[in-house]
Amino acid sequence: MSSRKLEVIADPNEPTIITRRTVDAPRELVFDCWTKPEHMRRWLGPRALTMISCEVDLRVGGGYRYVHRAPDGQEYAFRGEYREIVRPSRLVATFVFELFPDAEALETLTLTETDGKTLVTTHTLHKTMAARDGHLNSGMEGGMVEGYSRLDELVAALQ
Amino acid sequence: MLGTISETDLDSTLAALADQTRRAIVARLARGEASVMELAEPFAMTQPAISKHLKVLERAGLITRRRDAQRRPCRLEPKRLQQLSEWVGGYRQFWEESYERLDDYLQQLQAKEKPSVIKKARSHRRSK
Repeated sequence: MSSRKLEVIADPNEPTIITRRTVDAPRELVFDCWTKPEHMRRWLGPRALTMISCEVDLRVGGGYRYVHRAPDGQEYAFRGEYREIVRPSRLVATFVFELFPDAEALETLTLTETDGKTLVTTHTLHKTMAARDGHLNSGMEGGMVEGYSRLDELVAALQ
Repeated sequence: MLGTISETDLDSTLAALADQTRRAIVARLARGEASVMELAEPFAMTQPAISKHLKVLERAGLITRRRDAQRRPCRLEPKRLQQLSEWVGGYRQFWEESYERLDDYLQQLQAKEKPSVIKKARSHRRSK
């Protein structure tokens, strides 16, 4: 059985984030879920958020932009430019969280299919370690990832 | 990015935890209530010095102290740590939940697909 567990790997020496997750669908469909607004609106982002707009121009040099709205009315916008499009196996695009427009990252999506299931691998390359840690911690200042990992254990022990 | 903790609370919480002694106090309180005297024991510190640390933790909302005659025992406020943990884990949380929604959505999409496609997928699976 393939694992439904999400792996998140942050390299200690390179400003990258790698994630891996298996989904139960052929990769053509998974690729479309990543690149068609009518699909993206249905799953991308936590449940508490509503995707209020999603535009995609799926061409090399074209771009995407989507906006999430939180229950408190706060909006979060993301955009990027497509660099490489190889349906259904590979997609390379830039990624910018518009609150931090200078922290542009390069994301590579790789889809490999086995027995009708697709392993989704994302590789995100940031310009600096600080930007990477900021992305992982969603706004937290860089270099604090390790320092607070023990907190997770503590919180787990409290539950 | 979506943590329920305010920027001001985050500042004071992170500042409070940016100290070895205070983290050790938090870890000790995770095992249960303790008095200032009990908390001071493992450290080479006076009670007033420990009290100063406790004030910082209290202002950050990480601990509370109740009145119990002269003792004023300290206890951990798990809510603030929970908020902090949620905030630190924002990226993982974002993707874990997105993937769960994707699982459901893919299931819906595939249920709607033409029967011939499903048949093909089944026979493909059987041949393995």
